[in-house]
Amino acid sequence: MDTNRRNFLKVAGISTLATLGGTVVVERLVTGSNLAHASAPGGHAAEGAAHAPAHEAAQDPSVNRYGMVIDIRKFQQDPSLGEKVVNACHTTHNVPKFPDKKDEIKWIWMTHFENAFPEQPNIYRDTATGTHQLPILCNHCDQPPCVRACPTKATFRNKDGIVMMDYHRCIGCRFCMAACPYGSRSFNWRDPEAFVKDPNYVYPRRMRGVVEKCNFCDERVGSGKLPACVEACSDSKAIVFGNLNDPNSEIRKILKEHHTIQRNPALGTLPSVFYIV
Amino acid sequence: MFEKALKGNNYYWMWLAFLGFFIAIAVVCYLRQYFYGLGLTGMNRDISWGIYISQFTFLVGVAAGGVMLVLPYYIHNYKAFGRITILGEFLAIASLLMCLMFIMADLGQPLRGLNVLLYPTPGSMLFWDMCVLWGYLILNALCGWVILTAERKQVHPPKWIYFFVYLSIPFAFSIHTVTAMLYCGLPGRHFWLSAIIAPRFLASAFAAGPALIVVMALILKRVANFDAGKEAINKMVTIIIYAAIANMFFVCLEFFVGFYSNIPGHKHTLEYLFFGVEHHGHVYNNLVPFMWGFVALFFVGIALISHPYTRKQSDLWLGIGCASIFVAFWLDKGIGFVLGGFVPTPTHEIVEYYPTLNEVFITIGVWATGFFILTILYKIAIGVEHEIEA
Repeated sequence: MDTNRRNFLKVAGISTLATLGGTVVVERLVTGSNLAHASAPGGHAAEGAAHAPAHEAAQDPSVNRYGMVIDIRKFQQDPSLGEKVVNACHTTHNVPKFPDKKDEIKWIWMTHFENAFPEQPNIYRDTATGTHQLPILCNHCDQPPCVRACPTKATFRNKDGIVMMDYHRCIGCRFCMAACPYGSRSFNWRDPEAFVKDPNYVYPRRMRGVVEKCNFCDERVGSGKLPACVEACSDSKAIVFGNLNDPNSEIRKILKEHHTIQRNPALGTLPSVFYIV
Repeated sequence: MFEKALKGNNYYWMWLAFLGFFIAIAVVCYLRQYFYGLGLTGMNRDISWGIYISQFTFLVGVAAGGVMLVLPYYIHNYKAFGRITILGEFLAIASLLMCLMFIMADLGQPLRGLNVLLYPTPGSMLFWDMCVLWGYLILNALCGWVILTAERKQVHPPKWIYFFVYLSIPFAFSIHTVTAMLYCGLPGRHFWLSAIIAPRFLASAFAAGPALIVVMALILKRVANFDAGKEAINKMVTIIIYAAIANMFFVCLEFFVGFYSNIPGHKHTLEYLFFGVEHHGHVYNNLVPFMWGFVALFFVGIALISHPYTRKQSDLWLGIGCASIFVAFWLDKGIGFVLGGFVPTPTHEIVEYYPTLNEVFITIGVWATGFFILTILYKIAIGVEHEIEA
């Protein structure tokens, strides 16, 4: 009798400890990816994310939280705008132009609605949406799968919501490219130096073997400028950039006034780029 | 014990020289890739992992397959596996070294590989994969070596080694589970985003790994005068049959979920892999022959190893059967699974991947290196066996 009781207590004790320990480990794993962007106490509460409107949990007025609204109608009205936007970005950031499509690197590019929003198929789509193109870029997700996947924290999320790349830490495993559900990441398959015409010496060029992507013009925003793509749109307001945490910001006003959509929101990544259709 | 690898007949040296030839070619090809960049491969921003990572995925399975010998022998005290358990452990070592070489070949900045240790990131499955792969490699090297040494001295292995032997069993399962988690935790890649990936990986691993061991055992019987024993081979074949059928069952379940639910995302990759898809007037089907090859070889293999005549009467048919199963699952996991997962791209375009010659030679070279290491390890193991018998 006595030994049975002792054995029972032993087993019970060990399993309790294991369960507790297990939970802690799992919690640590889940929150691990959030460490880099612990912007606010209780920020990005994962439980509510599915039901809460995007970014509700992240609304901390003391921290900037950058986002972007892209007005697809403006790109339909002015078809030359797309090229201007792409060129502005790619020259600012020394994005190389390779003759071979296999080596392609792009930070922002024009594509069709059906490619940008494949989860919204519609065989009776209106002609304008069906034929015109819109820009897509890194979504700077609130819950970025790429940051979760990176084994070296070479890609990380800033407190201001920008998902950044450390080109000097990246080992080039390309796990982030597999993880990104928006195809926003590119890899330097070869030395890009010879394929950057007129380099911009304010921003570094990359070496071969590392991943790169749109950085929401972190270097420009930090010095009080607007992102290059926003600037390229000049007064058309085709792209509006701003602080999502400031209820009085222009971007919040636009978001309040228009119905906007995000790319594949069902994945729970909470993109920071919104589209007005 | 290494001196055993230095004495061999002409065939032994010719075989090593043959492998060495491919290794030398691969070294040159790798240097080219190292100085140019991964642009020398067929990969691009849409198909960002190619045959390096798919070989890696398959070989993790081969490494894990060795546990199908270790587990019955050490847990169930199944004595018939006594002679060949070492073959499983040494196969795991060679496979894991191939895995690590494939990872290094795939890195854009291989010299920064240690950043994974310098900035450990428990949220990343790649970090855990590194931990379990190295763990399993060290465990197998330790257990294999200590037990073989004890055997040579004809004493019982030290008690403490059993702790590591038992530890290596959950590690074997974990290496392939964590490798599956590299894929099945990624949002937006429907083909990979399936809870059955890990069990499917384990099932195909427990067929492919033992299948290779049976082939090796049959070859060693002819060339090295090493008989694994009829009972052991028979039991292994039974394990292969069940594991192979389990894998095919899981594949069928994937088909059911995709096609019965009729959700396009769940069907696209399966359609691309097995039937080819048409997109903007162009048909994309470059993986279709591989996938039907996988299905056909599975049926050939399972028939040969199940039928009493081919299974028991003839080593040749048995060997061909096991080799068919091995190649079938290589086509499935070492080609289709990884490459197919990238189709269609997140922006619903279809890009097909063709490896370049340089890439193929590096891949062959890594396999050759693996078999080179395996040959030496088996030479040592069998040398010890013969020494005891003498």
